[in-house]
Amino acid sequence: MTTLLWYIFAALAIGGGVGMVMGRQPVASLLSLVLTFFSLAAIYILLEAHFIAAVQIIVYAGAIMVLFLFVIMLLNLGHDYRADLRGLAWIVVGSVSAGVIGYMLSRALTTEGAIVDQGGAEMIDAALRNHNAVGAIALPMFRDYVVPFELTAVLLLVAMVGAVLLAKRRV
Amino acid sequence: MADQSLFLAVILFAIGTVGVLVRRNAIILFMCIELMLNAVNLAFVAFSRSVGIEGQVFVFFVMTVAAAEAAVGLAIIISIFRHLESVDVKDFNLLRG
Repeated sequence: MTTLLWYIFAALAIGGGVGMVMGRQPVASLLSLVLTFFSLAAIYILLEAHFIAAVQIIVYAGAIMVLFLFVIMLLNLGHDYRADLRGLAWIVVGSVSAGVIGYMLSRALTTEGAIVDQGGAEMIDAALRNHNAVGAIALPMFRDYVVPFELTAVLLLVAMVGAVLLAKRRV
Repeated sequence: MADQSLFLAVILFAIGTVGVLVRRNAIILFMCIELMLNAVNLAFVAFSRSVGIEGQVFVFFVMTVAAAEAAVGLAIIISIFRHLESVDVKDFNLLRG
């Protein structure tokens, strides 16, 4: 049952991604991308990453996509029906390079000994049992990764100041 | 299921690469970059099934960086649109010698 659900959501994710690349209007591309984000959230739940799934929906499908939608509406891009695909040469180059990247990554993943099972599934199940979905992530984050966590806070502050400074009109 | 998720991540990353190389609308280029970041997140979550919970912690950091990148990038696009009335990357030739 979970495997069937996984394949359904994987097909939806790939379909959303292809729809985003093929979409002629920015809003259509954006909605296809939202479909991909929701499918990925479902796949995270199937992989027992419940907190990540919730954050995926709140941050990506909520915040980032609304930001994109606001910019598309602000710049009034929806009426531009002209296709913005590059020429045939670029399409060939893009497909070939994506194929090479996909082939090399698949080769790297299928190499014998590339993925060593260190019992992560059991550790995650135990952490989910003992603490809950949030605590399982919060414990390593605030015990082993405090400095990176604080640095992301600084990064977000800098990004906020930078975004306001870049987008505001000259006064 | 974790192994198949890695291959799904590879497929989504390749789709994002095609989008970056093929489209000319700067906003859609940003969406393709978000898709590639999401593919990496999926790979991290899939690896967390074999390595441990650290994979999911890194997903959190990647999401933060993606949010910051989207905010700054869209601000730059708005700023460019004010000057050029366009979001087509072929019009962005200010640095061309």
